Amino acid sequence: MVERVLRAPSQYWMLIMMWIRSSMAYPASFVLMLFSSMVLTVMDFVAIVLMFSHISSFGGFSLAEMALLYATASMTLGIADLLTGSIERVGERIRTGTFDVYLIRPVPAFLQTTADGFALRRLGRPLQALVVMVFAFSRLDVDWTVARGIVLVVSMIAGSVIFGAIFVLGAAFQFLAVDSAELANSFTYGGQTMTQYPLTVFGKEIVRAVTFVVPLAFVNYYPVLYLLDKPAPLGLPSWIGLLSPLVAVVMVALASLAWRGGLRRYRSTGS
Amino acid sequence: MGVYWAIAVRSFRRFSTYRIATASGAFTNTVFGFILCGIYLTLWHERPGLGGYDASDALTFVWLQQGLLMPVGIWGATTTGELGERVRSGEIAVDLYRPTHLLLWWLSVDLGRAMFQLVVRGGAPLLVGAFVFDLKFPSSPLTWLAVAAGVFLAILVSFGIRYLVALSGFWITDTRGMEQLALVLSTFFSGMILPLVVFPGAIGDIARATPWAATMQVPIDIWLGRNPGGTGSALLFQLGWIVVLLLGAQLVTSVATRKVVIQGG
Repeated sequence: MVERVLRAPSQYWMLIMMWIRSSMAYPASFVLMLFSSMVLTVMDFVAIVLMFSHISSFGGFSLAEMALLYATASMTLGIADLLTGSIERVGERIRTGTFDVYLIRPVPAFLQTTADGFALRRLGRPLQALVVMVFAFSRLDVDWTVARGIVLVVSMIAGSVIFGAIFVLGAAFQFLAVDSAELANSFTYGGQTMTQYPLTVFGKEIVRAVTFVVPLAFVNYYPVLYLLDKPAPLGLPSWIGLLSPLVAVVMVALASLAWRGGLRRYRSTGS
Repeated sequence: MGVYWAIAVRSFRRFSTYRIATASGAFTNTVFGFILCGIYLTLWHERPGLGGYDASDALTFVWLQQGLLMPVGIWGATTTGELGERVRSGEIAVDLYRPTHLLLWWLSVDLGRAMFQLVVRGGAPLLVGAFVFDLKFPSSPLTWLAVAAGVFLAILVSFGIRYLVALSGFWITDTRGMEQLALVLSTFFSGMILPLVVFPGAIGDIARATPWAATMQVPIDIWLGRNPGGTGSALLFQLGWIVVLLLGAQLVTSVATRKVVIQGG
């Protein structure tokens, strides 16, 4: 078991390098695709900027603060999508029967499914998020300490892991309902759209739901509140933003159970 | 004429077989509807009457937008996606053998798809939205008729654009760049990221003149009765783009079928 886990990173790396090499065969095409991916994914921020041509604050957040929320939401989803997003195609593989191939190769099916068709151009989303984040911090007056820097980096990793776990949960559900790939979009892309905005604008019930049921608020909202010294909603303590890594661990455990459960009940298509 | 009707009916039936996919898609549209309602309620709370919309207009916009997204094919559609794939792979040769018109064949396929998705993926989110929020509905039969015409024309405009993108594969081997460009333009100018009425100044004027405005913003404004020049001019605007796009599509079809060597020799 331990040996399998230790081997996983190098196996994943080998699989994605194969796809990266193939996409680099046409460098000009790759650069264009990367660029258009950036343009397409920055649209949500353009919408926020257009909104701020009419307003000066959204739910108590200024444009720079909104930019930070947007950047952190987009970056965490972008990293999760880059590393695990391909897993949403598992239903297609189950339907066509090609999933069987993964089960007879000497690499875990999970790694093969996440690395399947690895598209480096998806780096476009985190890249534009990084640009927006630089813009946000240049306009914000954050009192930087080493602790805050660590909180930012760690919560970005934890947020990516939470989104990644949601991708895996959605994929695991496809073992039950083969054509349900789009369902997970509600929580991944929907989650990203939602966490770009201060969650309190959606009402108390929603804040409760994304804190205790689908912990999307831990992806970026609570950590950003902590960085900006803003009070947490629902009377929650301000250090709740530091709990993201813990939430990420729980989500990984759940996703791992779900994936194993799905894999166990998998029956190949027969004719 | 009968043959095209038959194609459309079969396309309708084909899409009605993907039940779980349709249900999960409609669910996702509904979730996005709720998220956008939260955002727009805040926006219209900060600036009441923004862009000539009141809060109820804005909420209705959300559910119509989510409902039209798939039927109109703002982000592309399975049908024209397949057409592009057939051009790339050379399978289009089979379509050209058929004693039917290429453009009309694929238009029928697309309309069959659009009608199914309009009923289910358009209807389901709107029903949920109307149940939760106080939405606006057309009051007179004449407005309903105009809405039906506006949505139909929107699908035609969108088809015209998607068809041209698909056929670009006759000349450029890698159409992904073209598809991405179409996706960016459609997302930005259709009213998908924000209602075009909120776009400030010149950007707003430019956006409202593009064919993409005719695919989403215009039919929604017909529903809301908020077209700046009235419903009649809105329908004429859509018709104008349809004439341009379908004439272009027809021209491209005839040039492509006469001159181009199908890939594979």
